[in-house]
Amino acid sequence: MDNLLLEKATIKELSKKLSSKEISSVELTEAYISRIKELNEKLNCFITVTEDKALVAAKAADKRIKDGSDITPLTGIPISLKDIFTTKGVRTTCASKMLGNFIPPYDSTVTLKLKEAGAVILGKLNMDEFAMGSSTENSAFGVTKNPWDTLRVPGGSSGGSAVAVAASLSTASLGTDTGGSIRQPASLCGVVGLKPTYGRVSRFGMIAFASSLDQAGPFTKTVEDAALMLNAIAGHDAQDSTSINEPPPDFTEKLENGVKGLRIGVPKEYFIEGLNKEVEDSVRAAIAILEKQGAEVVEVSLPHTEYAVSVYYLIATAEASSNLARFDGIRYGLRVDNGEGLFELYKNSRDAGFGAEVKRRIMLGTYSLSSGYYDAYYKKASEVRTLIKRDFEEAFKKCDVIATPTSPSTAFKIGEKASDPLTMYLSDIFTISTNLGGNPGISIPCKISNDGLPIGLQLIGKSMDETTLLQAANAYEKHSGVGIITPKL
Amino acid sequence: MSITDKDVKHVAGLARLNLSSEDTSLYTTQLKKILAHVEKLSEVNTEGVPPTTSTVPEARPMREDEAKPLRESLVGQECALENAPATKDGYFTVPKVIE
Repeated sequence: MDNLLLEKATIKELSKKLSSKEISSVELTEAYISRIKELNEKLNCFITVTEDKALVAAKAADKRIKDGSDITPLTGIPISLKDIFTTKGVRTTCASKMLGNFIPPYDSTVTLKLKEAGAVILGKLNMDEFAMGSSTENSAFGVTKNPWDTLRVPGGSSGGSAVAVAASLSTASLGTDTGGSIRQPASLCGVVGLKPTYGRVSRFGMIAFASSLDQAGPFTKTVEDAALMLNAIAGHDAQDSTSINEPPPDFTEKLENGVKGLRIGVPKEYFIEGLNKEVEDSVRAAIAILEKQGAEVVEVSLPHTEYAVSVYYLIATAEASSNLARFDGIRYGLRVDNGEGLFELYKNSRDAGFGAEVKRRIMLGTYSLSSGYYDAYYKKASEVRTLIKRDFEEAFKKCDVIATPTSPSTAFKIGEKASDPLTMYLSDIFTISTNLGGNPGISIPCKISNDGLPIGLQLIGKSMDETTLLQAANAYEKHSGVGIITPKL
Repeated sequence: MSITDKDVKHVAGLARLNLSSEDTSLYTTQLKKILAHVEKLSEVNTEGVPPTTSTVPEARPMREDEAKPLRESLVGQECALENAPATKDGYFTVPKVIE
C-alpha cells in the first residue's frame, strides 16, 4: 500500500474500500504501523504503539466485514487515542511520570464505543502532561514535532492527536479540549478538529483536568469524517453525571445542506491587535467564501471576550488542583517513600511525579480556592463565566454559526513561549470562550501561509447544535478549494 | 493582592508539593505576573450575576442506591489493588500515622 493512499485517506473512502474488499483492515493496519515505525522517531507523536492488539482487532474487523453483519463506518479503520483515555490493559500515562506505569483495568466509554464500532486502535498519543499546555512541550515523554516544520510545536494539549492525522499515521484520532486543546493543534497542523458541546460525549475514563470544561472530540482529515467519529462517540452515559441525556442525531444527515440562508456571525472582539495579519486575511477570505455560497454575514458582539483567558485560568486551575489531589502515591501512580512519614510520602511522590507546568497550575488553583482569596478569584471568575455564556446566547439570537480565527498565529517555534507561561496562555485566546460557554467548535484548514504553515478557521455553534456547525464547516470545505493538505515528510 | 514567597510556600503545603527555594521564587514571580493579569476581572460588574459552575442543566440525575460495578472488569479487590504501589494482605499500605 503506498503512502499516497494513506496521505489522502479518509474514513469515508477507506470504509468503501474495506466493504468492497479492495483492501483489508489487516493490510491497512500494517501500512500505518510501518509508517509509524518510519516517522514516529522524527515526530514523537506516539507514546505507546499497540501493534499486536491492533492486528488482532484488524483481523476481527475483516471477519466482521466478511460476515457482512454489524458493520459501521469505522469498522476496520485504524485510529489512535490521546493518552488521556483509559485503555484496558494498555498503559495510560497522561504524558506524566506520575502515571508512567499505570495500566487501567477498564476502557473509557469512548474507547469502548470505538472498539465496539470496529475501529482498530493503533496506540496512545503524546500530549501536554495532564492536558495542561498549548504546545505539547510539557510531556514527560518529550516534545511532539509539527510535521510541517519539525522545529515548531504542533500546538496542544492534544498535539500528538493532531500530528497523527496530519502526518497520516492514523486515519483519525481522538483528543480532548478544555480550552482549545483540540482546535488549536488542529489549526497548527492543518487538520479538522471538533470539540462537541460539553456533555455530548462521555467523560468516563477520560483522566480529568478541569471537569466543567473537558470534552472529547475527533481529529480527522475532513468534516464528514469528524461527523462520522462524533456519531460513534456521542451519547448519554449513566457513568458521567454531566453527560446530557438526549439521543444524538445522525451528524452526517445535514452535511450537504449548504449555507444558503444560514447567518454567519463575525464577532468584532476576535479581530484584534496581536492577530497575525495573514491569519486575519485568510479567515476573512474564508468568511467571504461562505457569503458567496449564500450565507448572510452579520456582525455580532461577544463583549466579555477579553476576560476569557483570566476566567479560564482561574476556573481550570481550581478544578485541576482538586482533581489532581487524587495522585497521592497510595492507590495508583508514582510513590516515593523516603521513610519520613505519610505527609512526606505525599509531597515526595507529587514532587517527583508532576512536571513544572502541572505544579504551577496546581499552585494557582490552590491559591485561588484558598481562604481569603476564593471570592476575589474563583467566585469572581465563575460569575464572569456566566456573562461569557450569556454573550454567546445573545449572539446566537442573531446568527446560526460564529466564524473566527482558531489561533492568533501559525505554529510557533519549540521553546519560543516555554519560559513565559502567560504568553503561552494567551495563545488560547480564541478557543477558550467556547469551553466556558459549553458550545461546540471546529477548526478547519483554510490556507497554507506564505512560510508554509497551516492556518485554521474556527466555527462555533449553538449549544447542542453540532449539526448546523458541521453543515457550515462542510460547505466551507467543499468550496474553499483547500482540500486535504499534507506536509512533505 | 501581591503574592509573596511566604504565600507560595504556604500554598505548596496545602497542595502537598515540595518546592525547592529556587522553584519557590520562580513560582512567586510567575504567579505574580498571572495574578496581575487576572486582576482585570475586578473591573467587571458582576452584581446580581450568579456563578456558572457547569454548563449542563442544573438538575443532577438520580439513581437507585444500589451497588453495581461501573464496568464488568471493575470487580473485586484484586482489580482495585493492581495498580497500587504498595499493598499487604489485600490492603493499600501507608506509612505509620499513629505514634
